[in-house]
Amino acid sequence: MRNLTSASPEIETRGDTWRFPMDQPLTLDSGGSLAPLEIGYRTYGTLNADKSNAVLVCHALTGDQYLASTHPVTGKPGWWTRVVGPGLPLDPGRHFIICTNVIGGCMGSSGPASTNPVSGEVYGLTFPVITIADMVRAQAMLVEALGIETLFAVVGCSMGGMQVLQWAADFPERMFSAICIAAAARHSAQNIAFHEVGRAAIMADPDWRGGAYEAAGVRPEKGLAVARMAAHITYLSEAALQRKFGRELQRDGLSWGFDTDFQVESYLRHQGASFVDRFDANSYLYITRALDYFDLAASHDGVLAEAFVRARHVRFCVLSFSSDWLYSTAESRDIVRALNAAGCRASFVEIETDKGHDAIFLDEPALDSALRGFLAAAAEKRGLS
Amino acid sequence: MSELREDFREILQLVTPGARVLDVGCGGGELLELLTRERNVDGQGLEISAQGVAACLARGLAVVQGDADRDLDNFPTRAFDVAILSKTLQQMRDPRRVLSELLRVADHAVVSLPNFGHWRVRWALLAHGRMPETRALPDPWWSTPNIHLCTLKDFMVLCDDLDLEVEICRALSEGQKPRRIDPRRPIENWRAETALFLLRRKA
Repeated sequence: MRNLTSASPEIETRGDTWRFPMDQPLTLDSGGSLAPLEIGYRTYGTLNADKSNAVLVCHALTGDQYLASTHPVTGKPGWWTRVVGPGLPLDPGRHFIICTNVIGGCMGSSGPASTNPVSGEVYGLTFPVITIADMVRAQAMLVEALGIETLFAVVGCSMGGMQVLQWAADFPERMFSAICIAAAARHSAQNIAFHEVGRAAIMADPDWRGGAYEAAGVRPEKGLAVARMAAHITYLSEAALQRKFGRELQRDGLSWGFDTDFQVESYLRHQGASFVDRFDANSYLYITRALDYFDLAASHDGVLAEAFVRARHVRFCVLSFSSDWLYSTAESRDIVRALNAAGCRASFVEIETDKGHDAIFLDEPALDSALRGFLAAAAEKRGLS
Repeated sequence: MSELREDFREILQLVTPGARVLDVGCGGGELLELLTRERNVDGQGLEISAQGVAACLARGLAVVQGDADRDLDNFPTRAFDVAILSKTLQQMRDPRRVLSELLRVADHAVVSLPNFGHWRVRWALLAHGRMPETRALPDPWWSTPNIHLCTLKDFMVLCDDLDLEVEICRALSEGQKPRRIDPRRPIENWRAETALFLLRRKA
């Protein structure tokens, strides 16, 4: 099941798809269960003898397990090569880094594009609605299957950061430290609203066919592209958009029509068009739904601190970006306040940047140094050299 | 031995081993690191500057970026044994509230502040008719971060007002050994350049 491939010239990576047998289903928040459970994953680095150097990285909405190796579909480098690599804060030379495709995803984990073993057909909308807690439960099953009792760190940004918080709530005994970057403890009305725009765009595409597009041999690419375009605006700050594009035109003069006159239009269209090559429309529906359902306080009697009371031994690091309006600093402060109230050991830094939510993936030295400092200190406490 | 180190040394003596400590305005974490090493405290810092926070993280300290004027209310009541505010109270927008908050989040507060009643300060104003610039208060009026300076006597009035008890007070003056003093004696309001207090709420 674990075959070796060298996807990156620098970092050795392993992993493929872990298939759990039928008698090990994934229990779901919605009441049902999912079997067989499949989890697409990659690992980077080597697990040490006492299995104390494992780091789980949780990806964002449209991310996947290819965090530091070439993406098999796009051929592009991994999505977090700025942070994961030799000499970087997460170093395969020191850490055993695991990244799984979330369930509901479309890169090897069970999702709406998987085949339902009972009917023999693609799930489509018959796939159960999943939650962030379901994603985390699946990850915990894989971590256990890999023989790891305690993760040195659980790290995630955006939706991945929500998974980190969920880990602290559900499996605190299996983690030593937690890094939550540009996330929130719940989805706000504005977050839900933007997601609804995306879902409405997909569902308005005639090729969506009520979710059964696979059987019809078509794909709702136009709708998915529009969903991505709308979402992408939320990843950038106004200042970043202005700096990058301003009112710059594609050509000399206006077209006096509806072609892409402005560079920002062209950029968004490109973002939309390239996204459909690597992402499944139904997966987008399911994962955005999981995000919308996320409200960690609500599942703990309305008190966020209650989610963390079992995690007092965990070392937390919460990071936000000053210009991020998708998951703002105020949301991160709410998390920190709850951690303090629960008596957890928490650090918090707001990183000054005008790059918005996207700063996660961009050159942001302050992010690197915060991660480096926190991880080095945690490693010392953990007895990792 | 620099004055800063002297300040730290005195604070070190006031903190019991293993205490839960909140260092408000912890800078790069020098004091917290010292307390962790020497007193094995469970430390938490609050610091406004990004550089300070980064330095704390690199030292392995738990630190929250924030503003004492605004963010102390993020901490639950009696979450700490000791809250430390070193030479910063006079820089707060609302020192009265900050002091009150310190003794909400912690059972004890260690607070140090420059004494505006010190004879050098009084002399500078009397003799030159200008805002004093002294060893303890080196900045000109237009760039000083000290926006709410007070005398030892003023501070005692505030403590009474907030129902706070002074357990220990030490006078720190550059080039002199720290002295344990009764801050209510009028002479100390002339003599103490900087005062360091261990405070607690009256039972």
